[in-house]
Amino acid sequence: MNTQGWLQVSLYLGVLLVLAKPLGWYMARVYAGESVGLNTLLAPVERSCYRLLGIDEQTEQSWKEYALGLVLFNTVGMLMVYGLQRLQSSLPLNPDRLAAPLPDLSFNTAASFISNTNWQSYGGEVTMSYLTQMLGLNVQNFLSAATGMAVLIALIRGLRARSSATIGIFWVDLIRSILYILLPLALILACLLVSQGVVQSFSPSIEVVLLQNTIDTDGHLVSTQNLPLGPAASQIAIKQLGTNGGGFFNVNSAHPFENPTPLSNMLEMLAILLIPVALCFTFGIMVNDPRQGQALLTVMMVIFIPLLLFGVIQEQAGTPQLAALGIDLGASDMQAGGNMEGKETRFGVVNSALWAAATTAASNGSVNSMHDSYTPLGGLVPLFLIQLGEIIFGGVGSGLYGMLIFALITVFIAGLMVGRTPEYLGKKIEAFEIKMAALVLLIPCIVVLCFTALAVTTPWGKGALYATNIEYTSIANPGPHGFSEVLYAYSSMGNNNGSAFAGLGANNPFYNTTGGLAMLIARFWIIVPVLAIAGSLAAKKTVPSGPGTLPTHTPLFMTMLVGVVIIVGVLTFIPALALGPIIEHLMMLGI
Amino acid sequence: MNSIVSQIRPAVISLLLLSLLTGGLYPLVVTGIAQVAFPFQANGSLIVHDNQIRGSVLIGQDFSDPGYFWSRPSATGQHPYNAFHAASQTGSAGSNLGPLNPVLYTTIQVRIDALRVADPQATPPYPADLVTTSASGLDPHISPAAAAYQIRRVAQNRGLSEEQVQQLVLQYTEGRDFNLLGEPRVNVVRLNLALDSIE
Repeated sequence: MNTQGWLQVSLYLGVLLVLAKPLGWYMARVYAGESVGLNTLLAPVERSCYRLLGIDEQTEQSWKEYALGLVLFNTVGMLMVYGLQRLQSSLPLNPDRLAAPLPDLSFNTAASFISNTNWQSYGGEVTMSYLTQMLGLNVQNFLSAATGMAVLIALIRGLRARSSATIGIFWVDLIRSILYILLPLALILACLLVSQGVVQSFSPSIEVVLLQNTIDTDGHLVSTQNLPLGPAASQIAIKQLGTNGGGFFNVNSAHPFENPTPLSNMLEMLAILLIPVALCFTFGIMVNDPRQGQALLTVMMVIFIPLLLFGVIQEQAGTPQLAALGIDLGASDMQAGGNMEGKETRFGVVNSALWAAATTAASNGSVNSMHDSYTPLGGLVPLFLIQLGEIIFGGVGSGLYGMLIFALITVFIAGLMVGRTPEYLGKKIEAFEIKMAALVLLIPCIVVLCFTALAVTTPWGKGALYATNIEYTSIANPGPHGFSEVLYAYSSMGNNNGSAFAGLGANNPFYNTTGGLAMLIARFWIIVPVLAIAGSLAAKKTVPSGPGTLPTHTPLFMTMLVGVVIIVGVLTFIPALALGPIIEHLMMLGI
Repeated sequence: MNSIVSQIRPAVISLLLLSLLTGGLYPLVVTGIAQVAFPFQANGSLIVHDNQIRGSVLIGQDFSDPGYFWSRPSATGQHPYNAFHAASQTGSAGSNLGPLNPVLYTTIQVRIDALRVADPQATPPYPADLVTTSASGLDPHISPAAAAYQIRRVAQNRGLSEEQVQQLVLQYTEGRDFNLLGEPRVNVVRLNLALDSIE
């Protein structure tokens, strides 16, 4: 990596931390119901929302009521996204007259957007009408993000409460997340993105006259090009901030209308990790011990930075096969060099690999380059970051509650070593919490590995490996790469990421159905145990720390936590990775 | 059961309210601001030449004439640089060819051969971006190295001096944003339009 590369990576991480700290403080005040400056404008809106909902701001919910409200809300939301798609051909705001997606695709997309995954079996501009994008997908970008944030705040309340039967009110946490945090940030980012060239319009596509005619696959002369428009900027702003990642256009943030300049690219990358990082600070403030939040953030950084650098170096090196063709792979001020297949000129190698790491560490899943064409080990980085369970920053809310579950497991293991009852933030961690934490740990792993196994051993799953891809005809990525594509697909869906090794022809009933189930299981079968832990912890007394307490802000604890995260990830997935990217790397070297 | 019923009302009403707010009001406000403050960008950064829309600053086009600078190879369906085709449901797309897929290397070889047919003096090393497909299939840029590689061919085919063409390339080369972000690049559509305007 050259100096320019190092500078850009350092600048990214530096600006991220500088922005995240004040935002973390701001969010802590929002959730505490304190004044944040926007109140004069938004407090009346908030109060009238509660009146219309018929809820009392003072009556808190038990964890079961909280979970029930959340599940009901998401069920209604899923029905709405499904309905909008199935009916889009007879609904307004469909200027290019797109047909309704089939039932299996509509189910997959609905599951995808309510679970904050934003896996896309469809091509954005050619499948979904403006109305579906705005009222279905864009709305869920906000709602699924707010759902994740609400669950995190409930868990933090559980850690902080003393002998309490309640953990807050879902509706209040939901509405505050949207009104005070997501909407204002999205509004600012959307305007900045438009200034860079992201489109925002309700006009149908525009026809332009080409400078030079070209020829299509049937041998006909083509003299024009259609440019798709749409309300893209508003959707892209929230898809990045809410770790959703679903693109307005098929190629997501590689599309010049979604991500036109290096500056827009930097803004979008910052938006991907901003809220997940800021929530670490929010956590520290809410538990009255900022060191606790900083410790978890440090753990995330310690795992993230080496993987990120490793990925950049792999992509910059390219492959021996490219070099053998006489291609110049060196980076200079004249060209980015390296493995440029599936990457955009304006981003080059560094900003593509940096994005790939950020979007998979967070459960964002938007892409600005095609991960499928990465070098074997360059592609292993995003895959492994997803498989760690989306806890290295992770989704908004969901990343930190996942990491907190790992912290509970870590104090439990530490407790076993010395034979004492483990504690976290003064709460005794007992059998019930560990059972629930084990569910949180195991469910995504089971989903990923079982569905992958099913897909690669049955004709329904294997069909897609050789199927004709609608975007590009007759691709089959042979050998271990085909396996990597399936493993990536279920890792992505089973951890609510949403990015893809996109060569896989996943838009068929088998992948749409199993994938939709994977996304729903990975989202809600984790949220419910997390809320159960919140409820159980809230009911406990806080015990003062004694000489036998393991402090959870020290380098010792952070090291243990890194160890637990890595060991769980490695033990679960190394056999599968060996069959995919690792063997492919050895083949590349000709060993 | 009671608790389910009591939470159905907030579930339905909050979904409707928040849908109106985030799916209706929010995109409309952004559209309003965008159309007033940044009308050029919000509507596709179009290039209008002689009262005709000839393209977008942000979307590339396909060039195969040796007198034009060639864009990067494109993997979009139907035809290269197909940005949107409703009937066939095709638009932006990458090749998604894996790093060891033999098809990747045979197609790269075909592109290298095409470069050499158009300019017999073209020799390795070839700029990486000039022979590989972009992520979007719509990349409007090539690297300065890929532009420099084509200057001799374009100059010869247009009967211009290499210095003249080089001057034009420099004019359409964009540096890193703030000298720091992204990569230096050359906008192919604008460069070719400028070439056409010389004659």
